[in-house]
Amino acid sequence: MDLRRAAAIVGVYEHPTRYAPDKSEQLIIAESIIGALNDAGLEKKDVDALFVAAMPPGITGYGLCDYLNLYPRWVDSTNVGGGSFEFHLSHALTAIAAGRIQCAVIAYGSTARSGGVAVGTGGATRWGQARIAPVPDSFEDIYGTTTVGLYAMVAQRHMHEYGTKPEQLAEIAVTMRYHASMNPHAMYRDPITVEDVLTSRMISSPLHLLDCCVISDGGGAVVVASPSLARSAKKKPVWVLGVGESIAHQGGGWRDLMEMAAYQSAPQAFRMAGVTHQDVDMCMIYDSFTITVLMTFENLGFCKRGEGGAFVSGGRLRIDGEMPTNPDGGGLSSNHPGMRGIFLLIEATKQLRGDYAGTPRQVHARRNRSEPPSIALCHGTGGALGSRHSGGTVILGRD
Amino acid sequence: MTTAPQQYKKLLPAISGETRPFWEACKRGELLIQRCAKCGKYQFYPRGFCSHCWAAEPPQWVKASGKGKVYTFTITYQNRSPGYAEEVPYVLALVELEEGVRMFTNIVDCKPQDVHIGMPVEVVFRKATEEVTIPYFRPAKP
Repeated sequence: MDLRRAAAIVGVYEHPTRYAPDKSEQLIIAESIIGALNDAGLEKKDVDALFVAAMPPGITGYGLCDYLNLYPRWVDSTNVGGGSFEFHLSHALTAIAAGRIQCAVIAYGSTARSGGVAVGTGGATRWGQARIAPVPDSFEDIYGTTTVGLYAMVAQRHMHEYGTKPEQLAEIAVTMRYHASMNPHAMYRDPITVEDVLTSRMISSPLHLLDCCVISDGGGAVVVASPSLARSAKKKPVWVLGVGESIAHQGGGWRDLMEMAAYQSAPQAFRMAGVTHQDVDMCMIYDSFTITVLMTFENLGFCKRGEGGAFVSGGRLRIDGEMPTNPDGGGLSSNHPGMRGIFLLIEATKQLRGDYAGTPRQVHARRNRSEPPSIALCHGTGGALGSRHSGGTVILGRD
Repeated sequence: MTTAPQQYKKLLPAISGETRPFWEACKRGELLIQRCAKCGKYQFYPRGFCSHCWAAEPPQWVKASGKGKVYTFTITYQNRSPGYAEEVPYVLALVELEEGVRMFTNIVDCKPQDVHIGMPVEVVFRKATEEVTIPYFRPAKP
């Protein structure tokens, strides 16, 4: 079955909050869904599927249906960390293509910041009382693993194998902050320099404070519709061209740490979409840490393994560069409420629709600088590079 | 009511049937890994089956040499969990054993700044509680 353009994103909403001590996670989710339906010009009665992932101790599919007073015909609470929402879009596409549903909402909400969740540095106790499993946690968490530490180990190895420089990682953070300066909702908007990143506090060597994403509250939602429903929606449809899913892990103690899940998910997405890397006008790359971005580009195939340092240098990722990446400011500067994958789909959709036309934040098509981008690639990473993680690749395109 | 102060604040492994031989061996000062009788591959962490070929028969326990090299590491300066918070900076590492498999550990008995990729290391055991002894690695003696 050809799934290309079998479904479209017709509405998106990014909750503007970065700090919401008076809201529940469920309320942030509900407000996001209502916002996305409003954007699409659709209503509650149109929704027949719910896709949701949340941080533990979490929000479940049935619990959220209760809160929303929704009776869907399809529920999916696949949770593979921050990249879950790219998986959700992939699953929604399949469900729509199979004729089981017409309209799905994918949603996320979190109060990670106001709840004081130490996402990156809390170790095994970051979600509260530690519960350690016999395998594999008992062979990892006892040694004081943290999320940032697991990424840092991979960064250390990358530097060892390929000579990747801290300055190259830092340029990613600098670029994201430059983009955030144009986003009124971004958590941090003051410009930073490579020097600022390198002199910021070391959290887990070789990653400094400014190599790490922010911790915010927030949420968002995406409405996915069948082609017929998409044609009647208020906004121009953004078509799902290709999707790919993968998991990478320790492999019984033998894994090549330089190989991310993206290495497996990207070819699936490109093959389905029928496009090449040269066709991609912009990227939304999960930026939990600077190393995540650098290695994702390698594993997606935008450059060879080991060449990521050079690829992210020289302003290439800037909004006016060769591969505009995370024009919203990303998780490094705009928002990161624990799981960020939903925002990749939201920002890519807005850019493809030309929502920022006439402002410096609008990305342009590679071939025609007066047009919005034609093709955007989103890649969500969930979990931790050093132990196990997910990778969801999504390629989107406009009419 | 008073309770005795908890000596060991860090996380303790949860021990199950399939991992018990590993932890029992640690108490004897032996590092066990597993080898599949059918496909011959080593695996770590221990499991009740071979994760490589899914052979029905459980893998054999093999005594590892306890020697290896630092595959990668990080010096952790921030961890908010009890026990670890007090120990920063500490070295979290992946060690590649002579048998080929890699395992998470801490590099101990040296300055964190002295650890480097490729550094030869050897296993050392430390008693956490009466029930649990944990393997760590230290710079190998020449």
